[in-house]
Amino acid sequence: MGAERSLRDRFERGLAAPICLTWELTYACNLACTHCLSSSGRRDPNELSTGEAKALIDEIAAMQIFYLNIGGGEPMIRRDFFELIEHAVGQHVGVKFSTNGTRIDQAAARRLASIDYLDIQVSIDGVDAATSDRIRGAGSYDSARRAMDNLKSADFGQFKISVVMTRESIEQLPEFEALAAAYGAELRLTRFRPSGRGVDVWQELHPTLEQNRRLYRWLLERPNVLTGDSFFHLSALGEPLSGLNLCGAGRVVCLIDPVGEVYACPFVIHEEFRAGNVRPAGFRDVWQNSELFRVLREPGNAGACGSCGSYDACRGGCMAAKFFTGLEMSDPDPECVFGHGETALAAKKLTIRPTSSPDHSRKVPVAISAR
Amino acid sequence: MTLLTDVIFDPTAPWQLNEQVSLRDESFGALAYHHDTRRLVFLKSRELVDVVRRVGDFESADDAIDALVPADQRGRYLTALTSLVRSEILCGR
Repeated sequence: MGAERSLRDRFERGLAAPICLTWELTYACNLACTHCLSSSGRRDPNELSTGEAKALIDEIAAMQIFYLNIGGGEPMIRRDFFELIEHAVGQHVGVKFSTNGTRIDQAAARRLASIDYLDIQVSIDGVDAATSDRIRGAGSYDSARRAMDNLKSADFGQFKISVVMTRESIEQLPEFEALAAAYGAELRLTRFRPSGRGVDVWQELHPTLEQNRRLYRWLLERPNVLTGDSFFHLSALGEPLSGLNLCGAGRVVCLIDPVGEVYACPFVIHEEFRAGNVRPAGFRDVWQNSELFRVLREPGNAGACGSCGSYDACRGGCMAAKFFTGLEMSDPDPECVFGHGETALAAKKLTIRPTSSPDHSRKVPVAISAR
Repeated sequence: MTLLTDVIFDPTAPWQLNEQVSLRDESFGALAYHHDTRRLVFLKSRELVDVVRRVGDFESADDAIDALVPADQRGRYLTALTSLVRSEILCGR
């Protein structure tokens, strides 16, 4: 464990380039999920052009960032989507992209299957249409399942089924596991954070303490279920979950938004966590010279968690979850497994919860129809 | 598919950095990313990175270790290379 710990300390001081760079290609989306981290809906007129996006990919390749996590909005809505991902994989920059699946018809599935170094994550938030569509909108579950069917018949290989753990979806873990197995897919679970539009539904939909404990035990028994290190706050329950178990914001991860703004992580699209923009001097300049990142790479302060024997396991939890619930960085995670976060929230006389700075939500409800 | 237990690291044989692997220098050593298995491996010292980069220039892993590593650390490096062969960062040539 000693070696692991010193490695984690190194990571907390930052790396030469991110391990995991998330790039939201567009704010445009044909769905309007209630928990959208990036408050997506309408395209931003200032989004990076094809030329700018390709130049950014060239820089990412030069920095030896091994792979990109592409998201949005719905990335496949961009007309140059295939051009961009082919430009990336052509330079040995692997691509993993998240999609709602609405654009993966049979032809798109065949084209995706022909590209090397490509991973696909199809999102659903329930194992049946009723549960999933309550969050993602009417018809979204069926479109996602159609996309999975098309990927399977195009012999894409192993794709990922990505699920945000809500109070409802967490009750369907065995069914998700069975669904993934039926497709020969990998199951990927991520934490529901109160970011973007998620801030509005977090109170009613985030897992209960008891559910989080059950999830922890379930994950411990299933190291093959992917979590993207989402649940490191649960490691305070005992044995650490697999992964780095630290907040990587500005240290080993960051996010580039569709207009080139760089944020500390995918869950803090907010002015306070904006490190700079790739347009003036490129991404490397932001990664190496941002004042925000310099501060985030300083040794952590345990704050209110300093007297808790589990601080070394959970590191005080997720910065974004604290920020968007109105907690201080020195407070415990709102979902602290010992309930310290709930106590801290209750103790705040007046909670001012920040909302995401850029909001691209559409003003009218959307309905999608079968294609 | 090769099972991990099937992999035998023979230090008297010639080895090299797998062509499917990218190495990125970091302050603690390097990150190695295998593009096919999509696994990330941490090389936790610069000396180990040096051995990994140059092992292909020698007749055998033993020769590389003799040339690049102090004799009293031989065992540690053999263990590290065994693990890198298992994760397919190194391959035979």
